[in-house]
Amino acid sequence: MTEHAASPRRGDNPAAHAPGPNNVVETMTGAQSLIRSLEAVGADTVFGIPGGAILPAYDPLMDSSKVRHILVRHEQGAGHAATGYAQATGKVGVCMATSGPGATNLVTPIADAYMDSVAMVAITGQVSSKAIGTDAFQEADICGITMPITKHNFLVTDPAEIPRVIAEAFHIAATGRPGPVLVDIAKDALQATTTFRWPVETSLPGYRPVTKPHAKQIREAAKLLVGAKKPVLYVGGGVHKAQASAELRILAELTGAPVVTTLMAIGVFPDSHPQHLGMPGMHGSVPAVTALQKADLLFTLGARFDDRVTGKLDSFAPSAKIVHADIDPAEIGKNRPADVPIVGDAREVLADLIVAIQAEFDAGHKGDYSDWWVKLNEWKKTYPLGYESAPAGELAPQQVIERIGQIVGPEAIYAAGVGQHQMWASQFINYEKPATWLNSGGAGTMGYAVPAAMGAKAGKPDTVVWAIDGDGCFQMTNQELVTCALNNLPIKVAVINNGSLGMVRQWQTLFYNQRYSHTVLHSGPEHDGIEPPAQGTRIPDFVLLAEAMGCVGLRCERPEDLDAVIKQAMEINDRPVVIDFIVHQDAMVWPMVAAGTSNDEILFARGVRPDFGDDLD
Amino acid sequence: MTTMSKHTLSVLVENKPGVLARIAALFSRRGFNIDSLAVGPTEHPDISRMTIVVNVEDLPLEQVTKQLNKLVNVIKIVELDQAQAVQRELVLVKVRADAETRSQVVEIVQLFRAKTVDVSPDAVTIEATGSSDKLEAMLKMLEPYGIKELVQSGLVAVGRGARSITDRSLRALDRSA
Repeated sequence: MTEHAASPRRGDNPAAHAPGPNNVVETMTGAQSLIRSLEAVGADTVFGIPGGAILPAYDPLMDSSKVRHILVRHEQGAGHAATGYAQATGKVGVCMATSGPGATNLVTPIADAYMDSVAMVAITGQVSSKAIGTDAFQEADICGITMPITKHNFLVTDPAEIPRVIAEAFHIAATGRPGPVLVDIAKDALQATTTFRWPVETSLPGYRPVTKPHAKQIREAAKLLVGAKKPVLYVGGGVHKAQASAELRILAELTGAPVVTTLMAIGVFPDSHPQHLGMPGMHGSVPAVTALQKADLLFTLGARFDDRVTGKLDSFAPSAKIVHADIDPAEIGKNRPADVPIVGDAREVLADLIVAIQAEFDAGHKGDYSDWWVKLNEWKKTYPLGYESAPAGELAPQQVIERIGQIVGPEAIYAAGVGQHQMWASQFINYEKPATWLNSGGAGTMGYAVPAAMGAKAGKPDTVVWAIDGDGCFQMTNQELVTCALNNLPIKVAVINNGSLGMVRQWQTLFYNQRYSHTVLHSGPEHDGIEPPAQGTRIPDFVLLAEAMGCVGLRCERPEDLDAVIKQAMEINDRPVVIDFIVHQDAMVWPMVAAGTSNDEILFARGVRPDFGDDLD
Repeated sequence: MTTMSKHTLSVLVENKPGVLARIAALFSRRGFNIDSLAVGPTEHPDISRMTIVVNVEDLPLEQVTKQLNKLVNVIKIVELDQAQAVQRELVLVKVRADAETRSQVVEIVQLFRAKTVDVSPDAVTIEATGSSDKLEAMLKMLEPYGIKELVQSGLVAVGRGARSITDRSLRALDRSA
């Protein structure tokens, strides 16, 4: 939009009304304008690393009393920290990097935030506008690179645009379906003298997220729910993003319908609630997976029928009608056609549904799910989550994670990496509150846990934050423990150390004839007749590594030491703590639906298919 | 069941750098095929209009439009009904034509109400506009003489009648600006 299109007044952009100075017009550099804009939109924490092109911005950043900059060790850490911060606080996470490799190192966390719909703004320096396109030193077309993995991105070459672009970036990131927005600013725009104006008029004629659901669709949905015999509330991350867990609980208790929460929705409905069936999907609970398969109505709220939930799509929930509410219209009907599509913010949808369902009740229409609950309770009783104990004297990884959850409790925040430990952390820790479970769901980014936990701790300094990590994941991003140690971010890290890439190893066990190709981490291959290091060789030694990074390093190898070491970690609050839990390497994640197969083929344990009887269909 | 068919989308976008790249990237990433794409200015200086022809089934078409709508720079998308829209392409074609065959080529040009825009001793260059069918028929007739060079525009289309797809969105643009 060119300048002349800006006419006075626009009422619907909260960024323009964010707490900040009133009607400021000042002359300053583009860099100062950037920092003032960040202050004005309420950004209080920025994770980043300076470099040539972004250097002008770091000078006024040094003087800002409102924006805390945390100097990370790798830009990927900055990105995941911004995500962890956003997921824990509900605010927009901010990361900053220089041009070229600085910016490209943000690509993974940006893709991660895009897949999990995390409100994030990434600010990158770009080479001077005159050098753009010349393959200049540290030049990369980061706008082009991130086009498919951002909600939107901006290239700024005119310093006068900085306040408006920052306001628009934060507005786009946080509203509608949240997502990452990248702002790439040319170095000469940061250096030039410009006018900073605030509040600023934004111009986004093509951006109008629908939050208010259609009344007719709400009534249709309510009718289906009271008419159903076997409904399930299929709840996804959208309910968490909309901060609608209170409304969800009211709806669930009003209707008595069972609830499943996807990996991205864990915590929005208390795990301890009797109506909660657990998580659906590849490693979901048998009651949750089976309830979706046998249901006659999926009442879908802020979920997206991801392949890890549906299994083989054409055999997913074959007899269910679909109510699908989502803030993103493109999700509705993308994978599974909806009988009742509802576009809207989950909180407004739930609020309207509660009223509509109450109206159905008042008219004498009330669903009777008692037969359904007989079956659900039977599945819950017969197929609870559990695990095989480890060989005598060894630690079962599930036991480690379960005890952490029990000792630390539901007030803490848990951030997981990706793999077996992630699934066990989703299964064996009880989550009672939203925003206490952070993970990389859609992208499955190994290395997410440590920097995300760091970001969460920066945003919630008074909350205990645990990273539940695997030894594979931990070796990808552990350097951010240095950042934690130096910036008073005393997180706790539980390394679930099975000496291998456990989830891949599990697939090799099940699908590749136990041929463990390149999944053993603590041992190298045999070559030239030289024996590989014996199993259990501690390379690297995580205790020493932790100590080297300014953390307390602890190790636990025996079940009898488990509780004591967790309690010891809880006592330490002046430094990060890393506990190296040496666990049984052949533990597997169950239940499991093998990739590409029907959810009907769920295995409760290896070779054990649940018996649902013939009368249940 | 639906089958593959052509759909003409008129897409109003903000006239900003990179918008075409965003649209092209979206089609590529989501695996949608573009048959033809034409971009140009509109009566409003801040808005460009794209005419995109896609060859998809109905269900993927819904995904195409929904995903396009999510692009922040996309203001409005309208699918133009083939029967209710005027659709045109432009073709410039250089045909081998010497003194002997020139009159025959010119006759074809006249039959299709096309124009001869350049003549040289052994070639004529023809400009023709029309529907894809008409242009195809004309090219078939010209083919035996030898087509030396051919360039064709993407399809552009506009709905019939007095209503304009830009009316409401222009108001929206002014309101939000």
